[in-house]
Amino acid sequence: MKLLSILNDDQETRYFYDEFANHNGWVFRSKYFGNLRPMSHNTRIYFDNAATTALDPIVLEAMMPYLTEKFGNPSSIYSYGRETRLAIETARKSVAKILNAHPAEIFFTSGGTESSNTAINAAVHDLGCRHIITSPIEHHATLHTVENLYHRGEAALSYVKLLPNGHVDLEDLEQLLAAHEEKTLVTLMHANNEIGNILDIHAVGNICKKYGAIFHSDTVQTVGHFPFDLRNTPVHFITGAGHKFHGPKGVGIMYINENVKIKPHIHGGSQERNMRAGTENLYGIVGFAKALELATTNYEHDSAYIKGLKLYMMEQLQKTIKGAAFNGDILGKSLYTVLSVSFPKTEKSEMILFNLDINNICASGGSACTSGADQGSHVIRAINNNPNQITVRFSFSKHNTKEEIDQVIAKLKEII
Amino acid sequence: MLHFPIYLDYNATTPCDPQVVEAMLPYFTTQFGNAASRQHALGWQAEEAVDYARKQVAALIGADVTEIVFTSGATESNNLALKGLAEMYAAKGNHIITCVTEHKAVLDACKHLEKQGVLVTYLPVDREGFISLEQLEAAITPQTILIAIMYANNETGVIQPVEEIGRIAKQHGVIFFSDATQAVGKIPVNVLADGIDLMSFSAHKLYGPKGVGALYIRRKNPRVRITAQIDGGGHERGARSGTLNVPGIVGLGKAAELCRLHLQAEGGRLSQLRDQLEQGLLLLEGVQVNGGADNRLPHVSNLAFPNVDGNALMLGFNKNIAVATGSACTSASMEPSFVLKALGLPDDLARSSLRFSLGRFTTVAEIEYTIQRVSETVRSLRALDPFSAS
Repeated sequence: MKLLSILNDDQETRYFYDEFANHNGWVFRSKYFGNLRPMSHNTRIYFDNAATTALDPIVLEAMMPYLTEKFGNPSSIYSYGRETRLAIETARKSVAKILNAHPAEIFFTSGGTESSNTAINAAVHDLGCRHIITSPIEHHATLHTVENLYHRGEAALSYVKLLPNGHVDLEDLEQLLAAHEEKTLVTLMHANNEIGNILDIHAVGNICKKYGAIFHSDTVQTVGHFPFDLRNTPVHFITGAGHKFHGPKGVGIMYINENVKIKPHIHGGSQERNMRAGTENLYGIVGFAKALELATTNYEHDSAYIKGLKLYMMEQLQKTIKGAAFNGDILGKSLYTVLSVSFPKTEKSEMILFNLDINNICASGGSACTSGADQGSHVIRAINNNPNQITVRFSFSKHNTKEEIDQVIAKLKEII
Repeated sequence: MLHFPIYLDYNATTPCDPQVVEAMLPYFTTQFGNAASRQHALGWQAEEAVDYARKQVAALIGADVTEIVFTSGATESNNLALKGLAEMYAAKGNHIITCVTEHKAVLDACKHLEKQGVLVTYLPVDREGFISLEQLEAAITPQTILIAIMYANNETGVIQPVEEIGRIAKQHGVIFFSDATQAVGKIPVNVLADGIDLMSFSAHKLYGPKGVGALYIRRKNPRVRITAQIDGGGHERGARSGTLNVPGIVGLGKAAELCRLHLQAEGGRLSQLRDQLEQGLLLLEGVQVNGGADNRLPHVSNLAFPNVDGNALMLGFNKNIAVATGSACTSASMEPSFVLKALGLPDDLARSSLRFSLGRFTTVAEIEYTIQRVSETVRSLRALDPFSAS
């Protein structure tokens, strides 16, 4: 990629690129970059879309004005500020409409982790929850936050039991709620980032309602991947991160149901209606809304296509790799994007991620957020504590193809 | 040729330098990996880019790379520094010293801590905007864990005697935190020479992108520890969890590098332009500079225009010149600036004040136009006002 021109004569900032990475076979006319064409010689196969996704060029195009000429601080009252304030409120309305929430219930944050931290801490500090129920397979943004509250003596902590297929045992959840007098926060993720299991958010919400519990759901893996109807969903808080659905990093949302009132986690300015201080990540917010719009418009097509990829990979693995097993409720209530595979442990399979990387194939042993640690995945340990298996997560996006799966299967045959 | 409106509010935010946008673009497009993905090349590329940006940022402020924590911006950094330190050092003491002219991000975080039982002393400032070192020293008690004084004020540009504050803090074994959001990249800031232990700043004030900032946390003499305020995957050595905003961080790094390379020349050019603007406007009767004129950021001028309402003044030219009556974060409020009131300005004079902040893309022609346009507006408003002295 080469920058051809930065500034033209009349001080207007314009960027032109001669090439642009995009796996889709179409040409996109960009005001900033000229024609965007698919990169034809990209040999890398990216099967780690649950960690992060490639930014959609259309999202970048929508962001570019706010990285260049429309730079005003949205809190400023002159025209530079008014046009950027308008962009943020337009983005908020768009996000709210797609999720069927009120714009006043949508707050922009720096990402899913901040959103979950804010919601969980607020449930204890502002909503009077003295007991937290979570599961052992939550993301660390949830687990470490509730552990901290527990260690500081601010809330009791219970872990709900899991069924053999990794789903939350709803009977046990109800028993835990019935057994505790104190006001309870239930924090359970909508879809698990490692094994893909999807929670019945309505069932859990209704149980919470019955016991007067506050319900937070980490929906980072589902916002932008499934339709939401928040006005008819019994949940108090959900979270989203732009970079999980071809939007930018560094921006997320928190939905706060209008019936709960909390205090901010970050103080010092009246942004986000006094709920989240700090100059807004303007281009990020615009990008988040654009990415969610695109994901929603193309949901039927993209989800069917990606599900087809996942099923094809399953079939091929079953056919060609002896002993390959799948984690979670893989054909039931499961993310269409995630496939968690366990291979029998051998000297060769222990090197599998290393060898995949050498062959330009990106996959993951588990969550990116803990992939530096060698203690293995807490999720896999909780559902399948078999020390004789090596687990790999393959996660797909609309940019992947069957041909890529064929290539990965062929490589797997060699390296296992 | 002039392009309207002329932007003279660089303290509110700055446009991204085109070189910064250029540096960020590959991380939006081809190199989109998660910097925490340790198992493949896309993750490593992202991590390398973050490491490089950390070097660029550390070099600008004389820090070590291990002392830089990336955040979503200066407000989050300020919150992390104050709350994280108060929590970590709760066993040592519960007293914080700050000053009345801090940014709201510091003041509001302090108010929040007060509700949790932390004692906060708010030092006053003199007519020029400076704290008194004697008062600072006298306020220190055995319970004092932190001195939180901003490097340079966002409204007046007044630079506090940071080195002396650092020395006093060190003498008393108290940690020194400085919100340097307006100073970093504009004047030489060196955490070692200045004796700063914690320092916050953000990218969008130094020609980088919005949504990213940093907190400097000293690791040696003394080693400062803070409690994370956002928990999760343990990013940033456990100090701040959450998937790293790789393009934003790369942008901050590039912006820091450009500032480091051009700081001297840019400071000189802008102080000349600022002085030109100020001298031009001081010709109007009664106009005065708010804040100590000798120890200010080179690009900032806060001026009081007696007998003119600041809002009317702004309305007079806001289609052509973008300036502020005070901090952008409080600009929707009709209250006179609390910073100017702390300097002893009466309400009416505080309401008659405007902040001009110049920047990298400000030109001589823009300053000449501004002098002429503002002068005309002041004269015509005063002519309309029968109570005006002039």
